[in-house]
Amino acid sequence: MSEKVGVYICHCGANIAGVVDVAALSHWAGELPDVAVARDYKFMCSSLGQELIEKDIQELGLTRVVVAACSPHLHEATFRNCCKRAGLNPYLFEMASIREQVSWVTANKTVALEKSKALISGAVHRVIHNQALEPIIVDINPNVLVVGGGITGIQAALEIADAGYHVYLVEREPSIGGHMAQFDKTFPTLDCSACILTPKMFSAGTHPNITLLTWSEVEKVDGYVGNFTVKVRQKARKVNTELCTGCGICEQKCPKKVIDTVFEAGMGLRKAVYTPFPQAVPKYPVMDVQNCTFFQKGTCKACEKFCPTGAIDFKQEDKVVSFDVGNIILATGWDLFDCRRIPQYGYGRLANVYNSLEFERLSNAAGPTGGKVILRDGVTVPQSVGIIHCVGSRDKNYNPYCSAICCMQSLKFAHLVKEKTGAQVYNFYIDIRTPLKAYDEFYQHILETDETRFVRGKVAEVTDAARLPGEEGKLIIQVEDTLIGKQRRIPVDMVILSAGLEPRHDAKEVAKLFGIGCSADQWFIERHPKLDPVATMTEGVFVAGVCQGPKDIPLSVTQGAAAAARVIGLVNRKQVSLEPVRASVNAEQCSGCRICNNQCPFNAISFLVDKGVSEINPALCQGCGTCVAACPAGAITGSHYTNAQILSQIEGILEVELGQREAVPA
Amino acid sequence: MKAYAYFPGCSLEKMALSYHQSALECARRLDLEFQELDDWNCCGTTAYFAIDQLLSYTLSARNLALAEKKKLDMVTPCAGCYKNAYFTNVTLKRDADLAEHINEALKEDDLHYAGTNQVYHLLEVFCNDVGVQEIKKRVTQSLNSLRVAPYYGCQIVRPRKDHEEVENPRYFEDLIAATGATPVEYQLKMRCCGGSLLITSRKAAFSMARNLLQNAMDNGAAVIATACPMCQVNLECYQQQINQEFGARFSVPILYFTQLLGLALGASPKELGFGSELVSASAVLAQIRNKETSTTQSPYIRHATS
Ligand SMILES: Cc1cc2nc3c(=O)[nH]c(=O)nc-3n(C[C@H](O)[C@H](O)[C@H](O)COP(=O)(O)OP(=O)(O)OC[C@H]3O[C@@H](n4cnc5c(N)ncnc54)[C@H](O)[C@@H]3O)c2cc1C
Ligand code: SF4
Ligand code: SF4
Ligand code: SF4
Ligand code: SF4
Repeated sequence: MSEKVGVYICHCGANIAGVVDVAALSHWAGELPDVAVARDYKFMCSSLGQELIEKDIQELGLTRVVVAACSPHLHEATFRNCCKRAGLNPYLFEMASIREQVSWVTANKTVALEKSKALISGAVHRVIHNQALEPIIVDINPNVLVVGGGITGIQAALEIADAGYHVYLVEREPSIGGHMAQFDKTFPTLDCSACILTPKMFSAGTHPNITLLTWSEVEKVDGYVGNFTVKVRQKARKVNTELCTGCGICEQKCPKKVIDTVFEAGMGLRKAVYTPFPQAVPKYPVMDVQNCTFFQKGTCKACEKFCPTGAIDFKQEDKVVSFDVGNIILATGWDLFDCRRIPQYGYGRLANVYNSLEFERLSNAAGPTGGKVILRDGVTVPQSVGIIHCVGSRDKNYNPYCSAICCMQSLKFAHLVKEKTGAQVYNFYIDIRTPLKAYDEFYQHILETDETRFVRGKVAEVTDAARLPGEEGKLIIQVEDTLIGKQRRIPVDMVILSAGLEPRHDAKEVAKLFGIGCSADQWFIERHPKLDPVATMTEGVFVAGVCQGPKDIPLSVTQGAAAAARVIGLVNRKQVSLEPVRASVNAEQCSGCRICNNQCPFNAISFLVDKGVSEINPALCQGCGTCVAACPAGAITGSHYTNAQILSQIEGILEVELGQREAVPA
Repeated sequence: MKAYAYFPGCSLEKMALSYHQSALECARRLDLEFQELDDWNCCGTTAYFAIDQLLSYTLSARNLALAEKKKLDMVTPCAGCYKNAYFTNVTLKRDADLAEHINEALKEDDLHYAGTNQVYHLLEVFCNDVGVQEIKKRVTQSLNSLRVAPYYGCQIVRPRKDHEEVENPRYFEDLIAATGATPVEYQLKMRCCGGSLLITSRKAAFSMARNLLQNAMDNGAAVIATACPMCQVNLECYQQQINQEFGARFSVPILYFTQLLGLALGASPKELGFGSELVSASAVLAQIRNKETSTTQSPYIRHATS
């Protein structure tokens, strides 16, 4: 039976037509065997372009369609729907990418035309072997997993829980809250961070639709959109949360003090059994066994002795819990750039050089100094403070990107320092970036009222090597002031480094665990940078907040809510249609060798002992193709990726005579 | 025994003869073979690159070609020669057009440079190729916690070459610690000594050298170790004038690091070219000769191993 193929070549404005001779291409394609019609058009994806295809299907009785245009990533769904509307099974359609794979990456027009021909020829050959398929419809589990309990994760969890669906909120630390819980005030309104955050934490902690799993981490994720199975390790708190009332007596009585490098950013102490801060959610403490005297030396147990409810449990072990969810939102946030990587700024060597999180704790009324801005000696109030912008950001030696929040954060610090100490404040900046709502007004306000001096220039170094009168005992900031064109040495008492935001140190592993990608900088990659910023290339896995890229609290909250809306939308549909790309075993050909059985990453293959052959469960199969390649008897076929389809596509590509190749740059 | 093409550079012929002698003495004691290039030429030093780049590259390329002909990596004790040779090597590999021009010129001398060899500063050879641990094993005469300020100068680390640590390198400190001396921590260890600024702006150059000396003294240096003949001259020869200019009282010996290393490896002061100092090094030698060995480690080493 011969097929009637229609070939449609898109100009994409000048995107394709500027490099590829589309008229010649469509003329050539019209001559290919089995091709009934070939056309080129300005914008195939426009409604007029799509109508063109629909009309041909109906009027010319096309049985196969090939569109040579952008990429399946962008418009496969568009053209499949177009076929479907005209009554053609959408899987009888094939796309040739002559924009991403040709016009955007090829300068030589002759070569571009040849490569386009090869790709179209491959698509035409393949589409003839395509089979009509029906999408697989599966139910969506309405439960949702949110990973990371910072402001982003909390917002997402609350939105979904309020919509009536169940959320598992998994947080690595003993309490939810994330970085926002560490801050003093928030820009641009300077409202107290805890005051606006803790009500949300409390709601998340008490919401009937939220299961909070703190001091926990996701270990394993199986399945696919609508049907994920998740394994979570709950680290042993050594506190029985059924009995604990959160009274805090254990913490009071614990004799072991430890520097708190997480919540207090190394500025304060905590006990070996502790809740990181008074408003922690949940209120139950955790025991740090690395530092607990009992675990290290075998004696103490003061906490156990004083706990009024007998909740301390030294024998408690890690627990692994497993549950099913339909969708996942990742909101794992950021790590602070390690200022030690820039030794010339003296962080870690010069006592009164602070990073930005340390300053947040210093300025926080609940922090180690009760909110007093004083030097490391614990008493001296600084009379002059230098705040250095862009530390580790916008610098090809460290991170090339702008961390987006640190200009505003530096202005906030300038104001707080001035307010608390009256010190002379200097801000050292490269550019001031205050683009969002009410941000530039905040900057103008600081400029006008706070007597902060703004020095434009990248700081060369911070040193205690005094040279000039007045420098003795000070930190000297050496900077080129690019507005007056002079080198300056500015002695100050305290330096604050506005360190950039970095992806979590384990972002790559977490991305791998959830089957999503990371950018070169290791931020999680969204499906589309502009039009689909919270979805990922993996269906059912969403990203929100700073783990996707630097942003402030309002934007993080917006993304958390957006991801929640996407999930709620999916869950409301109750079902999701999956690509019918599945493998199946031809029992006639199967020799029963069982080689395929343990190859399947989704455990979809079982062995039928009575029949002596292997069988694939289509509900579990994800169409990855591993078994197809593994079967020595060639008994397994992957639908939409059959041998006939792949081989004929290769044949089609090779059939086109390719001329002189362009030298490939090494 | 590993062999290198040794390029001493003009200064080591005369002004810095003690660097030459001590470098070779240390190499010998560390089982390195330094084959001095036959018929080497001046590298163009600091000034020439600003005047004629093509000719300056050609000067360094000629030396590199001589080394390549011997199939050897090149080592030079002078920080300036090192910088010139290093960047000539890198630039020629990157810029085929320039390489062609230069090789055209080298043809006159029956030479060709393909860029197959590496360029090292003497410090790198001792610290990386031999290794600080190995040197520590070979020390026969501990330097008795002598407080030595390692002076990197600006040209060994800058311009940035790769991903090396340019803001706070530690290898010079490690080498000094290996000899039993105590490396002095001071902030200006990589600041310029003034270089050839002395010729055009004496006062500014003196001020730079003064800052350096002051910073090393403030941090308790008994001697400053240099790895460049230019730095050595600027810091030592002008101490008197600097004292007059700024009303200071500096009298700190400025030695080549190889002179100190050589002592630790058991060489005699004479073998290491001692005796031509303008600021006497006798106190330094006295402390080293003081037989009573001290066990105090440098604070850095202690820190790093704790
Ligand atoms: C010094 C400083 C001051 C700032 N001040 C302001 C301000 O005033 N106003 C403003 O709008 N923005 C401010 N920002 C920006 C603000 O911090 C971020 O926008 C905000 O923290 C983003 O929240 P998040 O939930 O995405 O990330 P995070 O706050 O980092 O929260 C992520 C959470 O996920 C958890 N987590 C991470 N990995 C895992 C894992 N694998 N499994 C389980 N849990 C995990 C973490 O423990 C954490 O609780 C400031 C930033 C800095 C550096
Ligand atoms: S179908 Fe693709 S290539 Fe054609 S106009 Fe649309 S986006 Fe551009
Ligand atoms: S003393 Fe007992 S009840 Fe109170 S917080 Fe500690 S573990 Fe909980
Ligand atoms: S047993 Fe451990 S946690 Fe409990 S009081 Fe003693 S040191 Fe603290
Ligand atoms: S937000 Fe400002 S301080 Fe932060 S990296 Fe960007 S320009 Fe620098």
